[in-house]
Amino acid sequence: MIQLDQLSKSFGPVTALDGFSLHVPAGSLYGLLGPNGAGKTTALRILCTLLAPDAGSVRVAGLDALQHPRQVREHLGYVAQEVAIDKILTGREMLRLQGALYHLGALHLRQRIDDLIQLLGMDDWIDRRCGTYSGGMRRRLDLASGLLHQPSVLVLDEPTVGLDIESRAVIWQVLRQLRDSGTTVLLSSHYLEEIDALADRLAIIDGGRVIAEGNPEDLKRALGGDRVTLRVREFSDAPESERVQQVLQACPGVRQVVVNRAQGHSLNLVVDGEAVIEQLRRQLSEAQLPVFSLSQSRPSLDDVYLQATGRTLRDAELEVAGIRDPKAERKQAMR
Amino acid sequence: MTSASPLTLSAATPDQGPAQRSAFADLSQETLALTRRLFLQLARRPSTLVAGVLQPLIWLVLFGALFAKAPEGLLPDGMSYGRFLGAGVIVFTAFSAALNAGLPVMFDREFGFLNRLLVAPLRSRSSIVLASVLYITSLSLIQSLAIMATAALLGYGWPGGAGLLLVLVTLLLLVFAVTALSLGLAFALPGHIELIAVIFVANLPLLFASTALAPISFMPSWLGWLAALNPLTFAIEPIRAAYAGSFSLQAVVLEAPYGDLTALTCLGVLAALALGLFLLIRPVLDRKLS
Repeated sequence: MIQLDQLSKSFGPVTALDGFSLHVPAGSLYGLLGPNGAGKTTALRILCTLLAPDAGSVRVAGLDALQHPRQVREHLGYVAQEVAIDKILTGREMLRLQGALYHLGALHLRQRIDDLIQLLGMDDWIDRRCGTYSGGMRRRLDLASGLLHQPSVLVLDEPTVGLDIESRAVIWQVLRQLRDSGTTVLLSSHYLEEIDALADRLAIIDGGRVIAEGNPEDLKRALGGDRVTLRVREFSDAPESERVQQVLQACPGVRQVVVNRAQGHSLNLVVDGEAVIEQLRRQLSEAQLPVFSLSQSRPSLDDVYLQATGRTLRDAELEVAGIRDPKAERKQAMR
Repeated sequence: MTSASPLTLSAATPDQGPAQRSAFADLSQETLALTRRLFLQLARRPSTLVAGVLQPLIWLVLFGALFAKAPEGLLPDGMSYGRFLGAGVIVFTAFSAALNAGLPVMFDREFGFLNRLLVAPLRSRSSIVLASVLYITSLSLIQSLAIMATAALLGYGWPGGAGLLLVLVTLLLLVFAVTALSLGLAFALPGHIELIAVIFVANLPLLFASTALAPISFMPSWLGWLAALNPLTFAIEPIRAAYAGSFSLQAVVLEAPYGDLTALTCLGVLAALALGLFLLIRPVLDRKLS
């Protein structure tokens, strides 16, 4: 449904996209995961015909978006990251304006607006001025604007950043319903949990390109191994943890043991499977080491991200936080 | 949360789509919706409208009083200064309003509202410009009419019948030209600070270097030349003639240093200016809106 091929885009010296390719199958709920500054927003802006790539091709619903931007816009609903609303208009007036820009007939539009108000739980707010809205209500209004013309592709750029839990739940539920009724949904996020909870498929973005792609379960399974966090007592000191580390490393089926200094010298292990854990317990009691806690988890998307990029998503966020220039980014978005 | 019927959420089938609607219907729908937005803003924040009437009104009252005792013979045909000033202030009203045309557009650019319009499948993005022109034209004409009514109450006269038509046509041409300039600046300048600076700098000097406040015969020759080339003068003089009761397009309305100008010449110059400016800003609009 969406085919982005070999997109490149630079803003002066900054390369935002570098050979970015993405294929989103029709009817899927597809997640773009990556830290801030990875190029998610640039890719989505190009997809939505707001920005021309330096190179590469964009196809939506079989149409070349660079050749036929207007037809493509009719297929697309776009919920931008920080979208401007007219604070002085009411929500309903905003939706009416939006409807007219998509050339909806008056009767149909009124019905659509009523339906979307219901769907998104906006009854109490729709006739108040947008300037009075909370972040969550604004985002619901944005989503309603994006859905007015019943697009076959809905694109959302970080739709739940900073939202209250209720609004997030509403948006998640609507996105799932959309997918179930055949709409292709593409959303970007830097929240692992969001992509994990919502997406059928995901692409991990780093440095302006897709570095891993697939179904979340497959990606995690491909990584293999179980994650174990072990503490011999609530707070161990370094020498003790290192002693335990040596004991554990000797166990067959243990791939990796890391001492996590940030968490009271707990031990983070990657092991081959359930059976190894029993083996571990036995080994520890033989060495007369206590076990304060032992928790076990399947690989998470964070582990997938770590594997693909060599750093955790959190570290990547911190890394770019220092070098981003919000002023320059606002300029890029301004026409 | 209410669960929606599947129909609500499913994508539109192609035959429901807007494909078979006429281009004109689409264009007028989007233009009217955008214009409506500007008027809703005005209705809820009327300070622009009020200030746009108050400022020229203050000019009219204060300047009128200041020069009420202007020496006999300063003004042609023994006209009172209030009557003379009226035409200048009317033109200044329309001019100031039109000069601000670019501001809403600039704010839409800066706040990203324009991007919301650009992801929509607008039939033509000229509708964005067209909506601004419609809005600012109506606004400036409303303000000018308010000033004309006040001037009439102050006893400075009222152009009858054909004269009123001449006044409106003149104002319309001037407003088109200035609106084009302002919209061009709104897309060419980097931000609203710069736009406001240009508006601020352009506004008063253009007023002073025109025949709004004094006739050319009263000016030193260099200023007279400036005034005779100033577009505001080309709008002021036909309106002044209309107020004086002359509706003939052939009548000479200004004795400029380079020759006599008829009302028709003035209108022609204004029309050419408007057209020229729209052609001039087109590349800028095309670049920013495509």
